[in-house]
Amino acid sequence: MSKVLMKGNEAIGEAAIRAGCLNYFAYPITPQSEVAEYLARRMPEAGGVFLQGESEVAVGYMIFGAAGCGARVFTTSSSPGISLMSEALSYITCAQCPAVFVNIMRGGPGLGGILPSQGDYFQATKGGGHGDYHLLVMAPASVQEAVEMVMQAFPLAEKYRNPVMILGDGLIGQMMEPVEFPDDLVCEPSNKDDWATNGMDHRGREKPNLVKSLFLDPVQLNDHNLLLKAKYERMKRDEVRYEAYNLEGNYRALIVSYGTMSRVCRTAIDLLKEAGLEVAMIRPQTLFPFPEAAVREAAGKAGCQVAVSIEMSMGQMVEDVERSVRGQCPVEWYGKCGGEVPTPEEIMDVVRGMLDA
Amino acid sequence: MGKTFTRPEALTEQPTHYCPGCTHGVIHRLVAEVIDELGIRKRTVGIAPVGCAVLAYNYFNLDFQEAAHGRAPAMATGIKRVRPDLVVFTYQGDGDLASIGMGEIVHAANRGEKFTTIFVNNAVYGMTGGQMAPTTMPDQRTTTSPFGRDVQAVGMPIKMAELLAALQTPAYITRQSVIKPKYINRAKKAIHKAFSYQLEGRCFSFVELVSTCPTNWGMTPLDAVEWTEKTLLPYYQLGDCKTPEAREEA
Repeated sequence: MSKVLMKGNEAIGEAAIRAGCLNYFAYPITPQSEVAEYLARRMPEAGGVFLQGESEVAVGYMIFGAAGCGARVFTTSSSPGISLMSEALSYITCAQCPAVFVNIMRGGPGLGGILPSQGDYFQATKGGGHGDYHLLVMAPASVQEAVEMVMQAFPLAEKYRNPVMILGDGLIGQMMEPVEFPDDLVCEPSNKDDWATNGMDHRGREKPNLVKSLFLDPVQLNDHNLLLKAKYERMKRDEVRYEAYNLEGNYRALIVSYGTMSRVCRTAIDLLKEAGLEVAMIRPQTLFPFPEAAVREAAGKAGCQVAVSIEMSMGQMVEDVERSVRGQCPVEWYGKCGGEVPTPEEIMDVVRGMLDA
Repeated sequence: MGKTFTRPEALTEQPTHYCPGCTHGVIHRLVAEVIDELGIRKRTVGIAPVGCAVLAYNYFNLDFQEAAHGRAPAMATGIKRVRPDLVVFTYQGDGDLASIGMGEIVHAANRGEKFTTIFVNNAVYGMTGGQMAPTTMPDQRTTTSPFGRDVQAVGMPIKMAELLAALQTPAYITRQSVIKPKYINRAKKAIHKAFSYQLEGRCFSFVELVSTCPTNWGMTPLDAVEWTEKTLLPYYQLGDCKTPEAREEA
């Protein structure tokens, strides 16, 4: 298939359709509104459902309802909107419904700003709503990767009966890059007759299905949480994804960075290499599950003096890096979160400074 | 001689947890009878609220989803939009629908979503223990209005049927009651109409049912019926607020 030049937000919308998701509910918010604008035209053309809800709160439950009756469904939003959807995310996760949520992050907290940020790392990876739950979180670093992750997200959500979040930043949504939509990522929706409220007639069975999140019996609720925990453990075992960069050399520092920030780090690593300083990078592609073993191993390599988490946030992923490194070397953080993206030169200075110290 | 009184197929055999004198049981039965009469049980999805009826799915013998507080109309929208062939109804109380869920019900009604809402109004929060609702009457004592509802401080009770009928989108909006047989017969007809309009793909349909809560009102079931007739019905007047036929003629 040939490449086309597309804006990230529009490519995300198209990727969902190509993945066989013809149901989209959303509420406008900068910097992701182009997804809704694109799909308002494209969904009817594809024979799908497009609906602009009255709020992100309502959209969260439109997703819940549609997912609960067995439909492949997704939404897109940005940070403050995801906060409002977090109520539904907690319910959907407890009720074990598959759905895809895209968060094109902007700066926070509060209204924050509309420029790119990675400030929702905790919210996305630790569970933004109430109760014990996790989303499977994927973090694209290019428009092409956003397309592929959106297409992969639907079967993953169905495999685990758990929401999947694509955690991009404003730059991923706003920039234009050449993309192609891989045909081999198209997959048929799974059979949901065992649990979805898709109609007894449709299933040809007499037993009603129930989609719920209430467990008044304490033993049952604990058992249900154990069942959810077992799914998260399976994700940790089977779904960890990351990209290693310059890991084969004798590096003196290890950068851990994801999304747009990791692209800048890659340039900094290239420039440092030219200047005679070897630095490696682990770029998590899944943030939950986090590539703990890879980071641990890379940080433990002889000669690695420091591991630094470089994020467009005030030090969130660094906690997972610390947890993974387990004290094998010092763990540092560097980042900005107002919407400015640190430059390669800044990162070079930061890494050099940490090694000199 | 055949049986003259049987359980609707759309109800399970499980005894309900509702209090003596509560009207949820009556309303469950009316909805179930209508579902049976229309032959739609195997393609119907109910949405349970948060409130006393949260466990409604234990009593209805059909597919169910359980919403968060007030969000049932958004869930019903999600289902109905992606599966228009399913019959969808929400079953909500007054705290759920008229307070925390005000936004969801207004916008679903205004979009003309083709589902049915059964709105049980008993002027009080039931499951959480009798707190003041947006529908609580002036001077009515509840656990959070121990001196009676002060309308100067919290406003007058909201008439949901009239409020939704003010929207321009054609819809079936009616208020009925279930406290006595004469009301129950009319309520059943209204519920039948509401589901029929949905089956015809005609409009959003909304049936408000003025009900009792003897437990949280601190009354006997009989006193609760009397208080409903004396106090609630003059304020929450029964009858159709809007019908698609009247709208089409106009």
